[in-house]
Amino acid sequence: MVNLKNKDIISIRDFTIEEILYILNMAADMEGHSYPELLKGKVLATLFFEPSTRTRMSFESAMKLLGGEVISFAEPGATSLVKGESLKDAIKIIEGYSDIIVLRHFLEGAPRLAADTISIPVINAGDGTNQHPTQTFLDLYTILRAKGSLEGLSVGFLGDLKYGRTVHSLAYALAHFPCQMFFVSHPSLRMPVDQLEELKERGVKYSEHDSFEEISHRLDVLYCTRIQQERFADPVEYEKVKGTYRLSKGLIEGLKVKPDFKILHPLPRVDEMDESLDETPYAVYFQQAKSGIPVRKALLAAVLGAKEL
Amino acid sequence: MKQLQVSAIKDGTVIDHIDSKSTFKVASILNIHEEGKLVLVGMNLSSRRLGKKGIIKIEDKVLTQEEVNKIALIAPNATLNIIKDFEAVEKRPVSLPEELIGVVKCFNPNCISNHERIPTRLKVVKKTPVRLRCHYCERVMEGEDIELL
Ligand SMILES: [Zn+2]
Repeated sequence: MVNLKNKDIISIRDFTIEEILYILNMAADMEGHSYPELLKGKVLATLFFEPSTRTRMSFESAMKLLGGEVISFAEPGATSLVKGESLKDAIKIIEGYSDIIVLRHFLEGAPRLAADTISIPVINAGDGTNQHPTQTFLDLYTILRAKGSLEGLSVGFLGDLKYGRTVHSLAYALAHFPCQMFFVSHPSLRMPVDQLEELKERGVKYSEHDSFEEISHRLDVLYCTRIQQERFADPVEYEKVKGTYRLSKGLIEGLKVKPDFKILHPLPRVDEMDESLDETPYAVYFQQAKSGIPVRKALLAAVLGAKEL
Repeated sequence: MKQLQVSAIKDGTVIDHIDSKSTFKVASILNIHEEGKLVLVGMNLSSRRLGKKGIIKIEDKVLTQEEVNKIALIAPNATLNIIKDFEAVEKRPVSLPEELIGVVKCFNPNCISNHERIPTRLKVVKKTPVRLRCHYCERVMEGEDIELL
């Protein structure tokens, strides 16, 4: 029996396949019903040591839709933490004000330390280049909704595979099902070797490619990510790389993609996906963004022990 | 009887089967130069298992678990012999625990363990060759990346 009461949501590595499916089922339930009093009397503290307005608003909205309250500090600069107070001390004090904490931090591992330090549940809303588990759950939820199942899919990953934490976490999660994976990127932005080795050890079939065109016909799902300019020392190199992977309606229609092929993207996008794609049946990235609410509602309700399936 | 290549000690610890090249590294982490104890160090001794091996004998020394963990990282093939009255009363290979606490520095400068006053925690994901994953930032380190505290 899956029971997530009091569980911290820190890394996708902490979840079994049963727990993942439980959360996705709970999210589907949240999408189908409204529970305006489910978290009445509960207080969520959002602590964003690195700004991310969208992620914070998504959590706050999810909490309020379930009848809970939200507290947060106005801006990281206003807290004593920046003046040298340890995260451990700060988190212990905030524990006294709230029932659950959502933490985003520029230092990797900060949410893990917070979770080890206090007894109320901690949800990681992104720690540096490490993890962003609620994003992974909503990516999985979007794929499940679009395809009906996660089992045995052929999934392509395109863009910045080296630094893209959403790619690493999603690949880790999909390895449970197991999916075949195609990693498409510029040679300088390949998946890290330790991630690939881990997939291999878990029995995942995968391959690496330079070109999207050569594998597009095999894919059920494509997970596209943004290539960040700051990863390149040489701006000329960046210009070259970003032009190589630009998806558009014309390009996709010219390739023999499967009829029910779907494209995901964690957004925001830059140049890698043309707006012409938005109107095609392939694009599910706006549904993906909307899934943030039911998925975060499900996680809040589950770890606060307010709802079981 | 086998001829002794390094003289015997009465009571203490013998660290045998050190990969020869790592002998001085092992000696240095044990702080033996500071403790003023009798220490015998041998290097490039022939070994059937390792080709060339190193050996360190320290009189009146009992290794701490932390020291044993460090030796396991530097010299994974080493064996420990506890000596009482010139006799080896206990003999065991070193082995890595599942988690190293406060032994290795996380190589990721952006890791919380390099910013807060907390002991580092590294999970041993693979023993040969050693591969460690940080409990906090989840980064994996091996070989040159592994730096003792
Ligand atoms: Zn670390």
